[in-house]
Amino acid sequence: MRRSVMSQSARVAGTVVRSGAELLVTGGVVVLLFAVYLVVWSDVQTAAAQVDLRDDFESQVEAAASTPSSNVPAEPAKVAPPRGSGIAVMRIPRLGDDWSWVVVEGVSDEQLARGPGHFPETAQPGQVGNFGVAGHRATHGEPFAHIDRVRKGDTVVVEAVGDTYTYVVDRTEIVAPTAVDILLPVPGKPAARARKARLTIVTCHPRWGSSERLIVHGHLVETRSGSEA
Amino acid sequence: MYAALWRILPGPTAVKALIAVALFVGVVLILFLVVFPEVEPLLPFDQITLEPEQTAGTVGGESGVGEP
Repeated sequence: MRRSVMSQSARVAGTVVRSGAELLVTGGVVVLLFAVYLVVWSDVQTAAAQVDLRDDFESQVEAAASTPSSNVPAEPAKVAPPRGSGIAVMRIPRLGDDWSWVVVEGVSDEQLARGPGHFPETAQPGQVGNFGVAGHRATHGEPFAHIDRVRKGDTVVVEAVGDTYTYVVDRTEIVAPTAVDILLPVPGKPAARARKARLTIVTCHPRWGSSERLIVHGHLVETRSGSEA
Repeated sequence: MYAALWRILPGPTAVKALIAVALFVGVVLILFLVVFPEVEPLLPFDQITLEPEQTAGTVGGESGVGEP
């Protein structure tokens, strides 16, 4: 009886409220799924991309090793590797013995989603100039999540095709996102001519933000031929 | 909304439930494969490279970086 006397407007209001509630719950579920995508799924995809990159890099190392030495030019080829290829394996002992990332050529969103990326305009590993690398500090495997633990004197080992380079950290600093001059061959000095081989790591700061950039500066101290694998 | 959807779905309850699950999985796939990758660059986690001050557009990207 009561249901039949319930006014039509009350029924409409009930439908509106229920639909609104369903929309809000749906929105909440979508936001939760997005969080899962960022925190879990992006890591999974980057790990898979790293496996591919490592295969790519190791096949390059094998190809270089199997080439007769007479065909190998005295200087490593200066041609830029194709974007998206694995150019080197980076290790930072301070971040753990199992911390090992294949550096990809290029710093587009797509390339950085696969691993730390080499700024194509900067020097190749071990070359005189500035080997610039950017990497995620949150999501996508977060290679540089704990780069703030790196201290002066720590080593960064970069195994490129043919040679393994050891850089030592000089200093870290926090700069504005527009401070592109830290990637110059001599950081901060556009007119200077580089005589040293440097390393510059760029990541975001604070870790889950983007208002600044955390920079690690280093320079080359040792070059060994061959890869230590 | 969902009540109406449930009424629209054909077949007995078991079939309805199966179709509903399939629809949900489809929506999640579209979110993960299309929507979320599109939305992600809007968050700060992707902004990890350096860009010159005058070009307000691309973050990092293929050009400009290192050439102030």
